[in-house]
Amino acid sequence: MKAGVVLFPGINRDRDMVIALERAAGHAPRMVWHTETEISDLDIVVLPGGFSYGDYLRCGAMAAQSPVMRAVCEFAEKGGHILGVCNGFQILVEAGLLPGALLRNAGLRFISADCHLRVERADTAYTSRYQRGQVLRAPMAHGEGNYFADDVTLDRLEGDGLVAFRYVTPAGEVSLDANRNGSARSIAGIYSPNLRVLGLMPHPEDLVDPLMGGTDGKPLFDGLAAWAA
Amino acid sequence: MKAVVTVMMKPGVLDPQGKAIGRALHGLGFAAVGEVRAGKVIELELAETDPAKARAAAEDMARRLLANTVIESYRVSVEG
Repeated sequence: MKAGVVLFPGINRDRDMVIALERAAGHAPRMVWHTETEISDLDIVVLPGGFSYGDYLRCGAMAAQSPVMRAVCEFAEKGGHILGVCNGFQILVEAGLLPGALLRNAGLRFISADCHLRVERADTAYTSRYQRGQVLRAPMAHGEGNYFADDVTLDRLEGDGLVAFRYVTPAGEVSLDANRNGSARSIAGIYSPNLRVLGLMPHPEDLVDPLMGGTDGKPLFDGLAAWAA
Repeated sequence: MKAVVTVMMKPGVLDPQGKAIGRALHGLGFAAVGEVRAGKVIELELAETDPAKARAAAEDMARRLLANTVIESYRVSVEG
């Protein structure tokens, strides 16, 4: 797996992402600086979490206009795999690679807590090591994770099977309490129509080793490495 | 000349900041306050003398960066 982790100024979750990718692939990913424009050597691009450009204007809005994102958009057009987590998800929607927007959390507060995610389909490069309906634990840490899209877009996402993960109870049920940031239809992550671009708010890369408190996120990266092998 | 871009959440998009401000105003005793919505104002100094061109440029900027039209609407005014 030739993964590249894109670094924007203000990104701070890149090291966790590198650890997760390195564990799965057996070698370190390439670090890609935000001014780079040549990424055709990669088979997956990863946009990690953080606060790119200080979250100025809107989360991810500045990063979406950076030189590397033009290359990332071309990479997507050619059918490349792109994973965006947290701020990376915000950047993907601002760049128009995924639909919708991420609003301020409904309760107005930054939420730093574990959540539970239900795997909505297990036949993608990201989820082949999970079972459909499986519940995994993942830490969330964001102030703007409240997924929003108009009803037509939400219906299309659901109808086309493009909802990747939903916030659920540990038992796997959708509930108001489990959906702490107020996301539309409890959506935590979505795919592009070709299932190759995935954006999600919680951090699977933060649970890939028992020393981190669990390994619920590890199958995502193992699945990616197996897909790219 | 100067262009002023006002960016607001579209009707129907949750504006928790506006809601919180509204609650705080009620707490201060301003009982007449109904719905409150909060937005952004962006002032642009433009090297341009033609108001129509200044407006067109500011609208292009609003569409491409200043507003996210999935959730926000914008209004441009040009000042001499």
